[in-house]
Amino acid sequence: MADRTNPELLLEVDNLHVSFSTKRGEVQAVRGVSFSLSKGETLAIVGESGCGKSVTAQSIMRLIAQPPGKYKEGSIRYKGKELTTLSEKEMQKLRGLEMGMIFQDPMTSLNPVITVGEQIREGLMRHQKISKADATKEAIEMLQLVGIADPEKRMKQHPHQFSGGMRQRLMIAMALVCKPDILIADEPTTALDVTIQAQIIDLFKEIQRKTGVAIIIITHDLGVVAQIADRICVMYAGKIAETGMSAAVFQQHQHPYTEGILKSVPRLDGDRDQPLIPVPGTPPNLMNPPEGCPFYYRCEYAMKVCKEHAPPESDLGDGHYVHCWLQDARAHSIQASRQHT
Amino acid sequence: MTAEKLLEVKHLKKHFHVGKNQVLKAVDDISFDIYKGETFGLVGESGCGKSTTGRTIINLYNSSEGHVQFNGQEVAHIRGRKRKEFNQKVQMIFQDPYASLNPRMNVAMCIGEGMDIHKLYPGKKREKRIHELLETVGLQKEHASRYPHEFSGGQRQRIGIARSLAVNPEFIIADEPISALDVSVQAQVVNLMKNLQKEHNLTYLFIAHDLAMVKHISDRIGVMYLGNLVEMTTSEDLYREPLHPYTNILLSAIPVPDPSIEQTRDRIIVKGEVPSPVNPPSGCVFRTRCPEAMDICSQMKPVWQEAKPGHFVACHLYEETSHAR
Repeated sequence: MADRTNPELLLEVDNLHVSFSTKRGEVQAVRGVSFSLSKGETLAIVGESGCGKSVTAQSIMRLIAQPPGKYKEGSIRYKGKELTTLSEKEMQKLRGLEMGMIFQDPMTSLNPVITVGEQIREGLMRHQKISKADATKEAIEMLQLVGIADPEKRMKQHPHQFSGGMRQRLMIAMALVCKPDILIADEPTTALDVTIQAQIIDLFKEIQRKTGVAIIIITHDLGVVAQIADRICVMYAGKIAETGMSAAVFQQHQHPYTEGILKSVPRLDGDRDQPLIPVPGTPPNLMNPPEGCPFYYRCEYAMKVCKEHAPPESDLGDGHYVHCWLQDARAHSIQASRQHT
Repeated sequence: MTAEKLLEVKHLKKHFHVGKNQVLKAVDDISFDIYKGETFGLVGESGCGKSTTGRTIINLYNSSEGHVQFNGQEVAHIRGRKRKEFNQKVQMIFQDPYASLNPRMNVAMCIGEGMDIHKLYPGKKREKRIHELLETVGLQKEHASRYPHEFSGGQRQRIGIARSLAVNPEFIIADEPISALDVSVQAQVVNLMKNLQKEHNLTYLFIAHDLAMVKHISDRIGVMYLGNLVEMTTSEDLYREPLHPYTNILLSAIPVPDPSIEQTRDRIIVKGEVPSPVNPPSGCVFRTRCPEAMDICSQMKPVWQEAKPGHFVACHLYEETSHAR
């Protein structure tokens, strides 16, 4: 689906399948996900818990433990290099240097017994031939970039001496210190308060402006997505339901699930007397994913075909793709006749 | 407002002793009333004391100072039989639906426990009541014999709601009841709570950090910051004419799920983070982050006053003695 001749193309994920074997059977967490990422852009992957968004992100960094995880099918190409089959040694050269990652909970992802300076330097010293003094200098610059005051003194402190928002800034500094091309952020603001969240989102934008890093942000918060994303992938039950430019997904969304999650969140400027419109039901169990469209059981537009056959990808132009049978020419007449009766 | 007061909170304080001679002022002198049949929302960032307020009201914590009156009775002084009555009338729904249900009790036991304690539905009525409750919250009676681990987060929160409804309460304290749930499921639970309120004439204290959701469900809202109430008014007014700078910042920080609005709107991004409640700033607790801070803010604590009818605020900008603007 992506333009293969595009020189700006950094990352291409094509038909990715990731499964985990458990005692009770195989969980198909990611079931055919494709997207691409170009230099300097921000891609948001949105979905509910269990939709496979974090597994997708971790797969790009090859952080899925094998076993129990398994890359069953598909490819992840970074600058033309296939990552799913790359040796662990090669992969280690990429992690941190070319791709950085930050996680949801900054406390559990920092080492509590090592000073933050040491932790930020670690990546630099590992990937680059650099003296400790120079690494310290760069780490201090990095701390300044992420907005930590008095960086010389803060370098010598431990993670517990930082607040939640500050720790997330540290994580960002660590991820960016080797100037990677891609920053993967898995729910980076979920554990933070709204005022701190606003600071961190602002920081992401500023850093992108200054360094040109491409960002993949994984989140369930549509508000955050509206603020930061250029493009959006909406995931549901291990698959992409809809993908497109941010404005297209928010304003001209075609998938009933996208519509559902947008309608179910209250807006500050909304009317209190209007009840929220929830998406009924719960997502399917990925141990036994349904054969047809995974959203079939919760979809108000569901048709007979949806139950038995997975919907094909429809191209709506300008990079807007949707996986839904409603796009099929035959569906419109059925929907129309249903509305009349 | 002519409505009847159900709950009166007057100058409530809850201080925790942490370490040597250190006092954490989780709730520091707050006052508000909750009227019968309304939903009162309490919002604020983590650590602002909103959950402590809820727990002190129901007397899970003993208050350090101040009064909480329920139907005119001082909650802290209710003892014996009256205490049991109070416990029946006031129920709580907790944030974490995974931690708040006993994993070794099946759904019928979870829901029935309160009914047994209060001897409300003896004999055959008990089972019927449990099935009714399950249907009320959108589950099926077949679920009664299952255990909590067999349910999803949204379903567990429904069980928690059924449990709180089982004893026919008048007043429910819901402490972040939806923040652990997925967006599409949050709306299901909120709609359920709203419908139940109409059917059973319930009064809610709805505690949450999600201002958009609080605004949707609440009639009136109190905004807390570092143990203090900074503003309180109807939810429409709070959104339309916020008075306190903190409310403004909070409203501005909430992202709107619409990129066309996000790109054009002016946002106030507040510097710094919430100070420690062990050593709160002198004067107004918000002054260290306030874009409008004046000299007086560090010297005097602002007075909690009614700036407009029904619209309370604690800020020097609105005090007549300060002619700053």
